[in-house]
Amino acid sequence: MNKIQLRPIHTQRLVQIGLWILTLLTLAILLFIIIFILVKGIKVISYDFLFTLPVHMGKAGGILSTIVGTIYLTLLAILIATPIGIGSAVYLTEYTRENIFTKVIRFGADCLAGIPSIIFGLFGFILFVIKFGWGWSLLSGGFTLAFMILPTIIRTSEEAIRAVPISYREVSMALGASKWQTVSRVVLPNALPGILTGVILSIGRCIAETACVIFTAGSSLRLPTSLFDSTRTMAVHFYILTREGISMERAYGTAVILIAAIIFVNFLVYWVMERFIQRYAK
Amino acid sequence: MKERLIEKTLFFIACSAIAIIFLIFLFIFIEGLPVFVKTGLVRFIFATNWAPTKGNFGILPMIIGSILVTFGALVLGIILGLACAILLAEFAPLSMVRILKPLIELLAGIPSVVYGFIGVVVLIPLIRSTLGGPGFSVLAASIILGVMVLPTIVAIALDALRAVPISYKEGSLALGATQWQTIWRVTIPAAKSGIIAGIVLGMGRAVGETMAVIMITGNSLKIPTSLLDPVRTLTSNIALEMGYASGMHQQALFATGVVLFIIIIILNTIAILTIGRRG
Repeated sequence: MNKIQLRPIHTQRLVQIGLWILTLLTLAILLFIIIFILVKGIKVISYDFLFTLPVHMGKAGGILSTIVGTIYLTLLAILIATPIGIGSAVYLTEYTRENIFTKVIRFGADCLAGIPSIIFGLFGFILFVIKFGWGWSLLSGGFTLAFMILPTIIRTSEEAIRAVPISYREVSMALGASKWQTVSRVVLPNALPGILTGVILSIGRCIAETACVIFTAGSSLRLPTSLFDSTRTMAVHFYILTREGISMERAYGTAVILIAAIIFVNFLVYWVMERFIQRYAK
Repeated sequence: MKERLIEKTLFFIACSAIAIIFLIFLFIFIEGLPVFVKTGLVRFIFATNWAPTKGNFGILPMIIGSILVTFGALVLGIILGLACAILLAEFAPLSMVRILKPLIELLAGIPSVVYGFIGVVVLIPLIRSTLGGPGFSVLAASIILGVMVLPTIVAIALDALRAVPISYKEGSLALGATQWQTIWRVTIPAAKSGIIAGIVLGMGRAVGETMAVIMITGNSLKIPTSLLDPVRTLTSNIALEMGYASGMHQQALFATGVVLFIIIIILNTIAILTIGRRG
């Protein structure tokens, strides 16, 4: 049996080749998805596709209302979740020592991060749409999405605040600033780029989200004019177009815009993060 | 005085995450409770007959569907995910890591509806023509979900591998072990808890994934007998019928949500505890 035993250095070579093959396979999947969607959908993209309203449930016309819906809903979710997320992070990092209470909060945030979006959808539906009587609306969808992205914002803000050197706080305190003055004028401005990465990441999640949006914001194709109007995001539009076989061509077009938005958001995250890391990398 | 007020306010804000978890459970549970009471918890979970219009609520086929699809996804997700993580942590030069890591993270950003769509237009025809069957199947869902959970496994496993003290590796290398022997016998065992946590979190993502799964599993209510059979998962059961359900039927969907919620919380807790023990 031992005859076919490889020398350790050869095993290492083989393993290394295997790992590269598997990693390249992973990247190939990513590239395949992006290129496939681009090739099939790029010809649909035009000024009219982006800036006119859908006609006949999306069979013709553009996707303007879904772009607007996505932007409104994302903006609303970010506006609600960011202050809560940063506030939680400030409390966890600046106002308490590690104790059972901070452990519970962090456990809550981590658990919340793992809750599937369909559960958020059920919750948003029963609380906002039904119990609060907001119906399928921007407001219901915005709050539901805000709850979903909250843990991301808490976690990234916490890390960003921790990355600000203690000496900054000491100098501020030594100059006679109060705790809150130190936090609001020294710590937070310096942690801002790090906090921003969390916010941008959350924007990406909001854009990509379907399951919880469809049950809380509905799927109206009209341009929303108030917080209580139902709206349809690009992801939901894409789903409905393909699921109900309304227009494959337009589905591919919508997917191109979706993917482009996600790639842009991811790029932005990296750009901001690099600058943040450079600032404190010594 | 002002300082005290700010501290109190921040305290309340900080409680929000845990409060939201609690509220979610409360509302879904209250909504699903009548079904648990009427059908009985055991019958709800172990009955195989889901005929909501006739008042039959048994979710066993969906539980089996979720389990099959999740384990299928983990097989692929673990192989690809750990390969990427080990390569990035140990073998790839830094310049490559700076390109590869964002690309793998991009996989996590791609909307699940797009994954589902790729499954429908590419993978399912492929399975149908090469392996037979309807194409909409456990196998198709496992492959697509495997790719979807991979970034989670990579992220957590990579952190764990990087957190292994360099002195461990130096010790092993100094004893004459090759780099791979060091990784296999020293680094991976030392990072074990983090890797397991990543896998468990990936499992949570697979169980909870909805849109892609609806599009590619075929949503059949029969208990599958082969990998090529269609299935329905807990998540797709909710999403498919929420649109038109009412009364007891809707409550049964919320009850399905409760079961899903509990599974996820258990998985999360395992993951958080394993990560916590390391740090």
